[in-house]
Amino acid sequence: MALTREQMAKRVAQELQDGYYVNLGIGIPTLVANYIPENMEVMLQSENGLLGMGQFPTEDEIDADLINAGKQTVTMATGASVFSSAESFAMIRGGHVDLTVLGAFEVDVNGNIASYMIPGKLIKGMGGAMDLVAGADNIIVTMTHASKHGDSKLLANCTLPLTGKNCIKKVLTDLAYLEINNGKFHLLEYAPGVSIEEIQALTEGELIVSDNVKEMLV
Amino acid sequence: MAGFNKVVANYQEAMAGLENGMTVIAGGFGLCGIPENLINEIKRKGTKDLTVVSNNCGVDDFGLGVLLADRQISKIVASYVGENAEFERQMMSGELAVELTPQGTLAEKMRAGGAGIPAFFTATGVGTPVGEGKEVRTFNGREYLLEEGIQGDFAIIKAWKADKYGNLVYRKTARNFNPMAATAGKITVVEVEEIVEPGELDPDHIHTSGIYVDRLILGTFEKRIEQRTIRPSQQESGE
Repeated sequence: MALTREQMAKRVAQELQDGYYVNLGIGIPTLVANYIPENMEVMLQSENGLLGMGQFPTEDEIDADLINAGKQTVTMATGASVFSSAESFAMIRGGHVDLTVLGAFEVDVNGNIASYMIPGKLIKGMGGAMDLVAGADNIIVTMTHASKHGDSKLLANCTLPLTGKNCIKKVLTDLAYLEINNGKFHLLEYAPGVSIEEIQALTEGELIVSDNVKEMLV
Repeated sequence: MAGFNKVVANYQEAMAGLENGMTVIAGGFGLCGIPENLINEIKRKGTKDLTVVSNNCGVDDFGLGVLLADRQISKIVASYVGENAEFERQMMSGELAVELTPQGTLAEKMRAGGAGIPAFFTATGVGTPVGEGKEVRTFNGREYLLEEGIQGDFAIIKAWKADKYGNLVYRKTARNFNPMAATAGKITVVEVEEIVEPGELDPDHIHTSGIYVDRLILGTFEKRIEQRTIRPSQQESGE
């Protein structure tokens, strides 16, 4: 069975470490915040200028001056700080964020990522995604393995305009957890009930099955 | 003698001198921390052919989106757009030129423009459409793009509090692009929720110094929320 969005978030959360500063993109990455282990301190960075993002506000707590990068109303966690956009991207570009999780349309064997534009269809802009992929060392891309039509999103070469070049090393899909190195995808984990053959068939770029490949714990 | 007193009497005076074809840099992220009344004054004036530099372009009936209806904007430099139908229509038809710029690059372009730095190198955008036609230099084995600083004929800013000298304090995430935008205007106009006497703000707590501010006006704000997300209170959830 392919992973649900919640299971994907749960698997990403296993990559968190105590004391991490983390930037979560919109969509599945946002859900990761729900699975931070209780005995762990993690601070969420929101690129509009907030470090220490808290949960959504109650009706009484809503504050139009306090939003996240998805423009949702939020609260601040204990120990939070606020700052300008330039400061926020100094954190991101300066490599100070420990983990970045973001979505994509396509990833390829060279670590290229396309996530912001479908020419003629979707032209909304890259927001902070180009800065995040250029500035962060530790990035996890979350996306479905294939499109609704069954087309692979793990390619030999991205077909859409790139968000970043040679910058992605880890991908979690609804079927698998993979690493990218030496121009190949390396299958590390498969989702429970999903066969390696199935993953192989839906991966267009060259796929190496790791010697230590195992079933994902979710 | 006004001295350092930057307070103007009304919005007409605040935006006096804005002419067709000028460049306006605006603070704000989404609808948070936007100079909503200064934008409305630009709409009232009917100034056309503007180049607008802002992270986003508002929604159809609020924020910078209101300037689209009468085709007042000819070009926008932004990182994320398309929360409004009219914007998309004008972009697709070619009536509106859109220069998509990564968010961090946009913030840095404003910062550089305001700080007298004509250009800077960044890794953001290398090998992407953003890098096309731009100079690339290698530092320590990595490629970087040359990006230019940006300045506006006007910068329009929303802050929380100010003293009459134009020293500014922002509130929470309504700060966003406002501090950099404030430095990058030939004429910087600021609207705030409260104006106090000089000396009443703690100098240690001032985010933008009055040296950047030319005009200051007290406004009232709708502060519209784009994505109202809430969690149930403990009572409602029955805990």
